[in-house]
Amino acid sequence: MLYREAGDFKTSYRADSQTFPIRLDRWAYYAILAVAIFVVPFVIDDYWLNAIFLPLLIYAIAALGLNILTGYCGQVSLGTGGFMAVGAYSCYKLMTSFPDISIAIHIVISGLITAAVGMLFGLPSLRIKGFYLAVATLAAQFFLVWLFNRVPWFYNYSASGQISAPERTLLGVPITGAGTQAWATYLFCLAFVVASAWICRNLTRGSMGRKWMAIRDMDIAAEIIGVNPLRAKLSAFGVSSFFVGISGALFFAVYLGAVEVGAAFGIDKSFLILFMVIIGGLGSILGSFLGAAFMVLMPVLLKNVLVGGLGWPTDLAAHLEYMVTGGLIVFFLIAEPHGLAQLWRVTKEKLRLWPFPH
Amino acid sequence: MKDTRAAHVTADGRTIGDVILDLRGIILRFGGVEAIKDISFDIREGEIRAIIGPNGAGKSSMLNVISGFYHPQEGEVWFRGEKRPPMKPYQVARSGVARTFQNIALFDGMSVLDNIMTGRLNDMKAGMLAQAIWKGRAEREEIENRERVERIIDFLEIQHIRKTPVGRLPYGLKKRVELARALAAEPDLLLLDEPMAGMNVEEKEDMSRYILDVNDELGTTIALIEHDMGVVMDISDRVVVMDYGRKIGDGTPDEVRTNQEVIDAYLGVAHD
Repeated sequence: MLYREAGDFKTSYRADSQTFPIRLDRWAYYAILAVAIFVVPFVIDDYWLNAIFLPLLIYAIAALGLNILTGYCGQVSLGTGGFMAVGAYSCYKLMTSFPDISIAIHIVISGLITAAVGMLFGLPSLRIKGFYLAVATLAAQFFLVWLFNRVPWFYNYSASGQISAPERTLLGVPITGAGTQAWATYLFCLAFVVASAWICRNLTRGSMGRKWMAIRDMDIAAEIIGVNPLRAKLSAFGVSSFFVGISGALFFAVYLGAVEVGAAFGIDKSFLILFMVIIGGLGSILGSFLGAAFMVLMPVLLKNVLVGGLGWPTDLAAHLEYMVTGGLIVFFLIAEPHGLAQLWRVTKEKLRLWPFPH
Repeated sequence: MKDTRAAHVTADGRTIGDVILDLRGIILRFGGVEAIKDISFDIREGEIRAIIGPNGAGKSSMLNVISGFYHPQEGEVWFRGEKRPPMKPYQVARSGVARTFQNIALFDGMSVLDNIMTGRLNDMKAGMLAQAIWKGRAEREEIENRERVERIIDFLEIQHIRKTPVGRLPYGLKKRVELARALAAEPDLLLLDEPMAGMNVEEKEDMSRYILDVNDELGTTIALIEHDMGVVMDISDRVVVMDYGRKIGDGTPDEVRTNQEVIDAYLGVAHD
């Protein structure tokens, strides 16, 4: 077996704390990144873009964000859809109010605005935990959707109550609006995904991440070693909401183009992201990607097999798709409650000794 | 009879310094129950101070007062010559007091290394942005503190489990990792709540040796609660004895051993 950790010795603490300590992991990462940057843009078409790549990339950012909060800091949130809506509407207001500023800057600022809102709704976490906190964040979900529905200022008093992204370019290439090309929007989102994953990894391997995990594992002990619970929890809400906001902004501006808040950012979106994080693996960067991939690719795959491969009627396939996806979620959770990332970790441990059993 | 009232050098060559922590007239009530009834004692720099007493005597409550979990209704806590205002536990931790718990309070989802690194959190001050890009101060701090933590890992001989998740470790090792985490903070005062509870003789001997080494080589002042009398009498410099929230004895192991009230409390006495 070629893939193994054995024999990969570290001679400095710097080398030991790097992102991919195993040489083959590092190579795999560079290989995937190279394919994503240098191959995919040349072969991508609109179907692949809209069915697979954009949702995959954008949901991966949202999953990363929620994983920071729920997976690393242990604070359950059902308000992800609402926070994505904050990102989307901030981005819309910024795009229409300051048309001359780059769309990339708008999206980052949308993330910052969402971070502020997230910290506000994170305040109850100082007093309540677990299911009770989940209910409190549910309030954020419903309140934010209601707010964007009822206050016309947020959708610039448009007759339909929808928001739609005006055409914006980056370096002369259209990113939002009608005249976009598949490769451009793909690369735009990819850049955000790579940056988000890198930042999340850096934050979680350092002292920030340890504070969050300490709060998650035992908040009393965390406090006794000097972690300020207020700052740790609120920073987790802030960082988490930052990425969720960016994801919401991309979802609206780049992917959908036009959004009605209740339909795009409803409670089902909160659950979808939560499922991604749980199935992928709580407290794992890789898990966020695996979870997003599972939830995005599974339905597409099933549809292609059932309708394209077996020739079944579309409506039957659509129903079966729900059932099979649901069944697989249950199966994976029973097989490995700690998610796909844990499955990978266990495999790695087995490979360390392979082919010997002990 | 050696003088315990002033700075001196012990028979084994350790220097006992000035008073580092002084508790004056502590009274702690839970509703109508008085858990601690007007207790005063001090802890000197460099000594191993034991707090003993039967179950329910208020020993752990005493430790919780020192570490800021409980705020006594009356009495004063003087730390390093200054009266300490009511503080939250994390503020006490930052002032140089570390502790372990009776029932282990480690972070089960994190590796041994990460657990011990949490002990260094108070000295890691890199901003969030520096951490996000992992450059400059963030990276430098991580490596510097890793070196300090590795010294403690060496000291307590837990190199082999460095990357193991704490949840998978056996009880004795968990106790040692918890001690390592407390030591990582490089505290002036280390509070140990029953560091040897539930251990067999061999593990107790190991733990006693580590406690003595910590005190001797790192010069850390230690206050510990322990039930095993043999251990307490062997390793501590001075002993406080509590019973029903009162202090019934205070002095060297020899003085305490011969104190009639202490003997009564432990062996029981006929009330008539």
